[in-house]
Amino acid sequence: MSLNESRRAFVLGFAAGGLVLALGPRLAGAQEARKYGGDAIPNGTRDDPRVFIAIAEDGTVTIVCNRSEMGQGVRTSVAMVIADELEAAWSRVKVVQAPGDEARFGSQNTIASRSLRHGFAPLRRAGAAARAMLEAAAAATWGVPLNEVTAQNHEVLHAGSARRLGYGALAKRAAEQPVPSAAGLKLKHPAQFRYIGQAHTKPIDDADIVCGRAHYGIDTRLDEMLYAVIARPPVYGGKLAWFDASEARKVPGVLEVIALYSPPVPLGNQPLGGVAVVAANTWAALKGREKLRIQWDDGVNASYDSAAYRAELETAARNPGVLVRDVGDVNEALAGAAKRVSAEYYIPHLSHAPMEPPCAVARVGGGSCEAWACSQDPQSARNLLAKLLGLPVERVTVNVTLLGGGFGRKSRPDFVVEAALVSRAMAGKPVKLTWTREDDIVNDYFHTVSVEHLQAGLDESHQAVAWLHRTVAPTIGSLGAAKDPQHELAFELGMGVTDLPFAIPSIRIENPAAAAHTRISWMRGVTNIPHAFAIQSFVAELALAAGRDHKDFLLDLLGAPRTIDSAELGDKTNSGEDPRIYPVDTGRWRRVIETVAKEAGWGRKLPKGQGLGIAAHRCELSYAAIVVEAHVAADGGLVIPRVDIAVDCGPQVNPERVRAQMEGGVVWGISLALLGEITFKKGRAQQTNFHEYRVARITDAPREIHVYPVAADDFTRPPGGVGEVGVPPVAPALANAIFAATGKRLRALPLGDQLGR
Amino acid sequence: MILLYVNGTEQRFEGDPEMPLLWFVRDVLGLTGTKFGCGMGLCGACTVHIEGNAVRSCVTPLAAAAGRKITTIEGLSQANEHPLQNAWRDLNVAQCGYCQPGQIMQAASLLRDKPHPSDAEIDAAMSGNICRCGTYTRIHAAIKKVAGEEGVL
Repeated sequence: MSLNESRRAFVLGFAAGGLVLALGPRLAGAQEARKYGGDAIPNGTRDDPRVFIAIAEDGTVTIVCNRSEMGQGVRTSVAMVIADELEAAWSRVKVVQAPGDEARFGSQNTIASRSLRHGFAPLRRAGAAARAMLEAAAAATWGVPLNEVTAQNHEVLHAGSARRLGYGALAKRAAEQPVPSAAGLKLKHPAQFRYIGQAHTKPIDDADIVCGRAHYGIDTRLDEMLYAVIARPPVYGGKLAWFDASEARKVPGVLEVIALYSPPVPLGNQPLGGVAVVAANTWAALKGREKLRIQWDDGVNASYDSAAYRAELETAARNPGVLVRDVGDVNEALAGAAKRVSAEYYIPHLSHAPMEPPCAVARVGGGSCEAWACSQDPQSARNLLAKLLGLPVERVTVNVTLLGGGFGRKSRPDFVVEAALVSRAMAGKPVKLTWTREDDIVNDYFHTVSVEHLQAGLDESHQAVAWLHRTVAPTIGSLGAAKDPQHELAFELGMGVTDLPFAIPSIRIENPAAAAHTRISWMRGVTNIPHAFAIQSFVAELALAAGRDHKDFLLDLLGAPRTIDSAELGDKTNSGEDPRIYPVDTGRWRRVIETVAKEAGWGRKLPKGQGLGIAAHRCELSYAAIVVEAHVAADGGLVIPRVDIAVDCGPQVNPERVRAQMEGGVVWGISLALLGEITFKKGRAQQTNFHEYRVARITDAPREIHVYPVAADDFTRPPGGVGEVGVPPVAPALANAIFAATGKRLRALPLGDQLGR
Repeated sequence: MILLYVNGTEQRFEGDPEMPLLWFVRDVLGLTGTKFGCGMGLCGACTVHIEGNAVRSCVTPLAAAAGRKITTIEGLSQANEHPLQNAWRDLNVAQCGYCQPGQIMQAASLLRDKPHPSDAEIDAAMSGNICRCGTYTRIHAAIKKVAGEEGVL
């Protein structure tokens, strides 16, 4: 059922206009000087029950999910939060997906592990407000005081008379009640939660998934729909020089060939341009595309070569860069150190390669546009469609399907725009625009590439006294109109470099320049990946130099349990959250490390060729520590029998899906650590499909992944991110395990081809 | 003209015999449970059964399916309660779910041929099916669960 059908059928909600935006309680003294969390992102959050909840006269509760589902379980978790406060029976709950409309639903941009971090409190308020409206309706029906009625498990009870009314019967009258103010709401005590924090709720889409009924972006079918693929410039900044479509047009089923405009770089979210082939089915479109003869004008990035670029990054990393943080006197401390250690780490470009490549259907005509897309950020798709089609935003609808993986790629709406541009060129016929795997890998918005240069000094008692970190990587800012497209943005440095709370007296962090030559963007883990790989590998190298146990040495670097304002460390971003609520907490760092070390049996003796490695990281305001057990055969064959991960992401709404995200994060981490690499020659990505861009298969995955939630039921704390925190510590823990097994220190990813002994 | 049987129904196709079975079931028949993932037989998202054997429909031309019985995820079981579909749900295997129809079709073919596979046999049989969400440990566990349940297949 679509949202529109729901709106017609149901009594309570969904409000289409006249939005009452009730603001949540604020911290005392938190003035408007700076906003944080959901309040700090465009369109913020909503807590109006009429936006999110509809109750039908048959009692069915329909909950709107305003974030995109890509496997993280958000459709289930959002519904759990609202249904819990609403006292709804889970079996009577349905979920519908919000179309892109942030004025109504608040931010829908599903990135940065923040859906529940931002949404938990307002969604609770929405559910509690609807519960209060149902109670008020029942009290009015019975003519009894409000304090004598209680909502419980899909009905309202009157204790004195044992009367009861179901939610369906109350829905009409409840809708007439005023929406209570946020200040007067009674939220549940966590001990009363039915679903939140419990592991028994099944994912809302699981039945559809296992029988092939689940609807992804690529599954949309409309009457008279045409099918299109696009030949895109292989080099970022390239454009069409010449093309001949005469052979393509002869392919049976091919209907049209259309040249698309390639805007000048930086492209932001705009499509790359190229040549679209439109046909009666996908296969004919693909065959037609093969028959195109095209010459590209490769443009400014025509000579991009990743091997040469690596050397450039290394040169940059060996020279001073923009000063990011400077505590004490690193030069003096290094000069006076009893022992100096330095190392350089390399992390290549990566591609997202979600199993469902980008795909969208669009229909443009009659002064409007409607699209169906596997989008992580439907409002940005809507805005860009409106701009490029010259339509008012209100005339553009972006329906959100399930996403067959997103990982950051589908936060970019370029593919939705492509579908619309082709539909417009086809006189408004609906067009399904499919990216092939080759399109997806060759023309991805890539994860950055980086060199991390580290130096440290130890004193005579093996304490670290100096720490120099130069991080060099092209920035995500280069994709847009960044003032300085050659230096990393504060939030990128805040992902593990500037927020690192090591108790070392002299610390210097520098960011030398790096120009981007391809599209750099979000990928699950973002710059936490290179930073954690370098730092957590280097700590192991330092521990070795100090003759210390790695885990103990890491705990000593973190120092005593304490909370620190990230701004004092040099990171003013703190993933957008208030440092008073989300300080850097070395106690939480320590606890995940100690937990995983204990559970994994850190320190246990293993035979030659086998080893344990440990690493930890703070990511999106959550903390994770990992122990990897690696077995390396003489021929370099690697087996990972077991991975242990402790995670402190604050209170867990959906512990079962948190566990799944940690398991998935571990495999994502193993995939990039062992196998992932995109290289460029003459501006072109050299990997095209899964035979060249290798990703983890079942044979690469650990046989066992053990997840240890830390303080998962402490709802006095704020929620942290879940989707990414499992990823960053994997690569260093694996490299450290390989070192323990083989004595070989690997400092460049991917590790897979370097294991032969 | 090509004649074939998809989930028990006779289908005729007069178009390009080189069209992969994948695009026929998706674009022509509208059976979208079979997924496109790579187009080269590298990822297994498009796995269907031909005469009960798992094949990659993205590299199977329709000509090669002529006269044969094809089963897609939509036809795997009557009430969507194949033991593997149940096990997948019991263990909450899916994350995004996109690859899971292909995973289930591959696993069904494995268990038909080998009802009690070893760990290594499970991994070998499933190594052609990629899951980017990383649900492999649960895929493995779900197959073992079914393999350990006597008489369910």
